Amino acid sequence: MNDPLVVKRRLFGSFEWFLLIAAVLLAGVVVPLAHALLPDGAALRPSSYVVTLAGKFACYAMLAVAMDLIWGYAGILSLGQSLWFALGGYVFGMHLMRGIGREGQYQSDLPDFMVFLDWKQLPWHWWNSDQFAWSILMVVLVPGVLAFVFGWFAFRSRIRGVYFSIITQALTYAAMLLFFRNETGFGGNNGFTDFKTLLGFRITDPAVRATLLAITVGMLAAVFVFSRWLVQTRFGRVLQAIRDAEGRVRFCGYDTLRYKLAIWTLAAVISGIAGALYVPQVGIINPGEMSPANAIEIAVWTAVGGRGTLIGPILGAWLVNGAKSWFTMAFPEYWLFFLGALFVAVTLYLPAGVIGFFRTLRGSAGAENPR
Amino acid sequence: MRSFRFFPGSLSQVLCAARVLWVAFSLLLAALVGHPAARAEVAQQALLGLASEEFDVRVAAIEQLVATAEPRVAVILKALVDGDLATGPGGAILLSAQGKWFNAASGEAVTKPAVEPEAIMANNALRQQAESALALLRLFSPDVQTRLTAARELLGPGGQGEASMLPVLDRALAAERDPAVLPILRMVHAFAAASAPEADRRLDAVRTLAASPLPAVRTLLARLAAEDGDPDRRVRGAAVAALAQVESRLLWGEWLGRVFAGLSLGSILMLAAMGLAITYGLLGVINMAHGEMIMIGAYSTWGVQTAFRAWAPQAFDWYPLVALPVAFLTAALVGALLERTIIRHLYGRPLETLLATWGISLALIQTVRTLIGPQNVEIQNPTWLSGALTVAGATLPWNRMVIIGFSLAVLLMIALLLSQTRLGLFVRGVTQNRAMASAIGVPTDRVDLMAFGLGSGVAGLAGVALSQIGNVGPDLGQSFIIDSFMVVVLGGVGQLAGTVFAGFGLGLVSKFLEPSVGAVIAKIAILVGIIAFIQKRPQGLFAMRGRALES
Repeated sequence: MNDPLVVKRRLFGSFEWFLLIAAVLLAGVVVPLAHALLPDGAALRPSSYVVTLAGKFACYAMLAVAMDLIWGYAGILSLGQSLWFALGGYVFGMHLMRGIGREGQYQSDLPDFMVFLDWKQLPWHWWNSDQFAWSILMVVLVPGVLAFVFGWFAFRSRIRGVYFSIITQALTYAAMLLFFRNETGFGGNNGFTDFKTLLGFRITDPAVRATLLAITVGMLAAVFVFSRWLVQTRFGRVLQAIRDAEGRVRFCGYDTLRYKLAIWTLAAVISGIAGALYVPQVGIINPGEMSPANAIEIAVWTAVGGRGTLIGPILGAWLVNGAKSWFTMAFPEYWLFFLGALFVAVTLYLPAGVIGFFRTLRGSAGAENPR
Repeated sequence: MRSFRFFPGSLSQVLCAARVLWVAFSLLLAALVGHPAARAEVAQQALLGLASEEFDVRVAAIEQLVATAEPRVAVILKALVDGDLATGPGGAILLSAQGKWFNAASGEAVTKPAVEPEAIMANNALRQQAESALALLRLFSPDVQTRLTAARELLGPGGQGEASMLPVLDRALAAERDPAVLPILRMVHAFAAASAPEADRRLDAVRTLAASPLPAVRTLLARLAAEDGDPDRRVRGAAVAALAQVESRLLWGEWLGRVFAGLSLGSILMLAAMGLAITYGLLGVINMAHGEMIMIGAYSTWGVQTAFRAWAPQAFDWYPLVALPVAFLTAALVGALLERTIIRHLYGRPLETLLATWGISLALIQTVRTLIGPQNVEIQNPTWLSGALTVAGATLPWNRMVIIGFSLAVLLMIALLLSQTRLGLFVRGVTQNRAMASAIGVPTDRVDLMAFGLGSGVAGLAGVALSQIGNVGPDLGQSFIIDSFMVVVLGGVGQLAGTVFAGFGLGLVSKFLEPSVGAVIAKIAILVGIIAFIQKRPQGLFAMRGRALES
């Protein structure tokens, strides 16, 4: 008989492993290879639009997984995840801007917007941004350290629930205002764009695009598997206990601050990495990426897919963003109606999301507590 | 409004000014001791100068005419501006009025000349000189009101005064007896005398200017007080002292302006956040659609204004009073509908309510955009809300003052409602302990509905207020929602005092920080400040005391 206190589960069932590997192979190997190797115009060749869109969605899916970790498993609703996403994007964007070299509008060593603003040298935060390794390190450190500091202050004073949500919303709003200023040195309201090279390769080259998609899908899979493992460890189970009844967990002797802070920082780092992968594929980053509206959309992807399931948010991200792409092409005035209705419908009728809905259909008892 | 001004920097005009000074001074002497016949002679000479081809000669002619200060000069100059002057046969200057020709110097009617008189053209620059001269001449008018207006015009917003005006101003000042005109005339005189060639006159002028409230005085005094400013040491010293006096007075005006702006912003924040505090205290939900209630209130005002324009334009001034109940009811109805259909079903799930209300807000914004249009709509202030009060250099707009009063009135009304009525009693009870209140018979679902409607209605009133001072567009609510949240977080829930102090506090702090560091840094500083404050006091400024354990 299994000891109920020690639940050891396999990471995935064999069917689930099959699905996962098939999806990764398709999205991360077949599509990129087809795009890179097949000639332009071939019937089965995915266009650059499709490849870029897939990469974008994969980044969003990573963001949704990070959101699920903190919301679905730790009960922290953050309406500011777009901040870490955008920060990671900006840090890597700095490196890409340095990669333009002298091919910009003004043929100068400085990025175009700095020449336009009549600046004579790079500001301090651009130091070493031409080094790839340093930029990667910063992509991890900048959102991580900032999230750590904010989280330490916030969780220490036990700000929870809606108070925490609106403070994170105010944080991302204030950061957005800050980045809109030209003096901040991040391109003002235009942001960074017009990238040319990455590690010596042309960014618009099909092979580079394909590689980026492959890396993104690989990263998404890695994050997904890692998160799946994490929530089954003792750490993960304490997190879920914190989500369900933080007071009791504290009375049992756990320092909830450390657990919350750890998952919060991890989610910020994952979001930053997603942002860094997003920028070279989409080709632009501006302060609108950290707007409160974007941050709340992340919450709806997670809610639609199903909180506390990890696969749900990935599905939700693809579904909602797919709908958005379709709506904004076909019926642009109705997209916001649809989104608003989606928010209401999901919270009222699908509290466990799409995955939860399918699970109740199947009668499965394995769904995580969606509260 | 014209000022008697020679634009410096043009050599010919500087020479012109010097010549005018000499001419005016000698003419003054002549006018004081001169023979009436000689005076008439001078006037004739000056008149002929008006018809000259050269600009400088014409300007000199105007100055000569002004120096005589005869009443006919005003008529002549006005005719010059209007283009009614002409050169008649024999070179006489003729004036056309009511279809007849008059001799400009004497004013007698003349018979219609055989040859059509050649009109004397005046270009814009000359016209300006003539207008300025007319203003100076009006200082000698027998009518007090005319003199008062002329003096104010000459003082202008920036206090224009040149040394060349001095002789005329001296005479005007000597002749002036009226107590209303005298102080203004003294200021005009002082401005002109500040550039006088005699150091003593400049010293007197600086000492007089020390009492002026005009901001332009500061620039003038700063210029005189500088190392390379005035050549005379005494004048420089006096200018430094006067500058200190003026700056302290202006500083007080600046502070008053900042305090007022802070109070105004604070009153708006308080209005906007009051409804939110009530609903959050009662239901524990943050209503993300609260900003849209404000927007609905503002658009209701626009609707009422449009109705007034169409059906009762003569009573247009009263539209805000009608808009108040309309906005309150519209927003309250929308809020009640929201509560009944959506929020009620999410009881006990505050995070989901947050998301659902965000969805509602998106839908509401898009509805307004589709039905009315994405552009801002125009709201016109009624006359009793237009204009401003100027105190010590600070401009205090009327509409903002009325809104401060209005928000205090709303606060009082809500406070009375919560403390004196039965509904208020129930609201307070349910806020403190919902389960217990329900157990003793309070109809909690009805209280929820009414309170949510009330909160949304107050937001509608805030929308009416906002419509009078800012732009009204579909995104109006979005710009206030984050600030309202900060007020609620800082102030705590359950007591109105929290909203009041937090609202006014945040308004004042942000307006005091803004001039030094800019609006964005001020917002960030406030956010950091609130997070720091919450470390020490997570429940906010005024937290409710109760025994309910926080879930």
